[in-house]
Amino acid sequence: MKPLVLKAFTATSCIGRGLGQTLESLHAERSGLSRCRFETADLDTHVGEVAGVDAQELPARLGRFDCRNNRLAELGLQQDGFAAAVEEAASRLGTKRVGVFLGTSTAGILQTELAYRRRDPESGALPESFDYAATHNPFSAADYVRRRLRLEGPAAVVSCACASSAKVFGAARRMIEAGLIDAALVGGIDSLCLTTLYGFHSLQLCSTSPCRPFDAARDGISIGEAAAFVLLERVGGRVCGDDVLLLGVGESNDAYHMSAPHPEGQGARRAMEAALRDAGLEPAAIDYINLHGTGTPSNDRSESQAVTGVFGALTPCSSTKGATGHTLGAAGALEAVISALALRHALVPAGVNTLHVDETLTAHYLKHRRSAPLARVLSNSFGFGGTNCSLILGRAG
Amino acid sequence: MIVQAFVAGIGVLGPGLAGWAETRSVLRGERPYACAPTVLPAPTLLPAAERRRTGRVVKLALAVAAQATAHAAVEPAQLRSVFSASGGDGENCHELCQSLAAPAREVSPTRFSNSVHNAPAGYWSIATGATAPSTVLCAFDGSFCAGLLEAMVQVSVDEERILLVVYDAQYPEPMRAKRPVPDAFGAALVLTPARQPSSLARLRASIGGESIERLAQPGLEALRSANPAARALPLLRRLALARSDRTVLEYLEDSSVTVQVEPCA
Repeated sequence: MKPLVLKAFTATSCIGRGLGQTLESLHAERSGLSRCRFETADLDTHVGEVAGVDAQELPARLGRFDCRNNRLAELGLQQDGFAAAVEEAASRLGTKRVGVFLGTSTAGILQTELAYRRRDPESGALPESFDYAATHNPFSAADYVRRRLRLEGPAAVVSCACASSAKVFGAARRMIEAGLIDAALVGGIDSLCLTTLYGFHSLQLCSTSPCRPFDAARDGISIGEAAAFVLLERVGGRVCGDDVLLLGVGESNDAYHMSAPHPEGQGARRAMEAALRDAGLEPAAIDYINLHGTGTPSNDRSESQAVTGVFGALTPCSSTKGATGHTLGAAGALEAVISALALRHALVPAGVNTLHVDETLTAHYLKHRRSAPLARVLSNSFGFGGTNCSLILGRAG
Repeated sequence: MIVQAFVAGIGVLGPGLAGWAETRSVLRGERPYACAPTVLPAPTLLPAAERRRTGRVVKLALAVAAQATAHAAVEPAQLRSVFSASGGDGENCHELCQSLAAPAREVSPTRFSNSVHNAPAGYWSIATGATAPSTVLCAFDGSFCAGLLEAMVQVSVDEERILLVVYDAQYPEPMRAKRPVPDAFGAALVLTPARQPSSLARLRASIGGESIERLAQPGLEALRSANPAARALPLLRRLALARSDRTVLEYLEDSSVTVQVEPCA
């Protein structure tokens, strides 16, 4: 593919509101996970809750979009001058020439969960105030962001479970390459809700302790929430060394099982190989891999096999989910932004929380951060339904 | 900018519309449109254990996808796919919300796995063994055009054959009052980058266009305006008429997609 430049990017998760705090947490190997006190959830688990989401207000003109998911989106857009960067691009390129492609798995379904508790005792009807289109529907996330920034280009939500906001990079780069748009706001937004907390619990996939990806004693995920955004544009005349480029996108399907990965990671392997082909790179060109690394026994085992199958056992890798939790539909974009920070600041992130790396996993897992210049980073995102996506980002110089 | 693709196969299922052959005659005005409940076939492509777990949208999506690939005489496992829908399995969503509102909060693990928006795409890949990339979109009422654009862009940019599947089905009450999608409607197109002997038409699409096309037949227009997947009907009508013509399709609130249809006689 023709590389695209990340003109602006930002992330808000439990390890930080914006890039400054996120970078600080990565340097300090800090986890943002804490015991679950979310809403009325009564579960013995840890979550990565973003502070201050409920206090975030939306602009009055977009009041009907009010829900935790869009509040988190708004909070995210306000960091690092991101909204202003998009507005600048829209005024330069035209509002119809900027697309919006966001990933989410549950959007504002919390609003529906709350509405189901307030059904009319006689008719069973949902409360008058419940707005399906602006909160429940997956598109509400992209619809909110598009209206908030007054964009008029094509838009869609990609909802492929936990690969959603990695796959938006593919959707955006294809549409830019086809010439239908000149820039795209991509990203992911997912927020805590009872559906995912109780749902993953029902599948016995949640750990009671903060998740420990690749640890011998790993026993499940910790659910997190995040809003992460990237503004993608064609590489123009001027790039500087610190600019980060999107070099490759690789996608595949397991065609194996709805909620379990292929045991040898065949689909994951094909996604990584496709990303390398797309970028025109050999495996040795990748300096660090940000793993999907959810902390379930089966994911980490199959991913480790896939990674060593493609890269051998020397390429440093880690999962940042011990720090951020698994932010589900936002994970792809959040980890792309973490990868961009790693490239820009010569930081190889640590696998926070992991004490004893599972010796049967052959990938070169880092328990502690390193300072080392990185030229190219690969980031993995896999989801229910057997959907896989790998991204390759690199420094411009 | 324009993106183009050739149509190699079509699948349709909806209220009173059982397959492309029947839909084609209705859209050509050769037979009257009679609205009747959509009949969803059992997803025989799936292993029995998986089949029992599937709800209406999975059956709908798999049925139209199978029709289109059979019509195009292509091996489903070879195709990339783009799925697009406004909603998922309404019954499943309702049951989950109901369980979470009850004191015990007993969530069924199968219901939770099936709640992902990409469940139909996941089942399709399991059923057919398709390991090529698949993506699943949502753009509320604009989901058909979002899927069409993504599919045609993939055909143009990546020069790959794409199976496009759009579908939407009803919610039970109380969600139905908030999102009144009538019955179930799905459509699928096999799109190819190059013209083939079996190609039905060439599509050229661009973003924008004035005067969205509506359907003259009131029953079909009601379906088009109420079921997001049925916003494909004006395009299907042009394909049925097999004349060089263009149609303007409803996309997002403030936008449309113009498609030029040229039959491959």
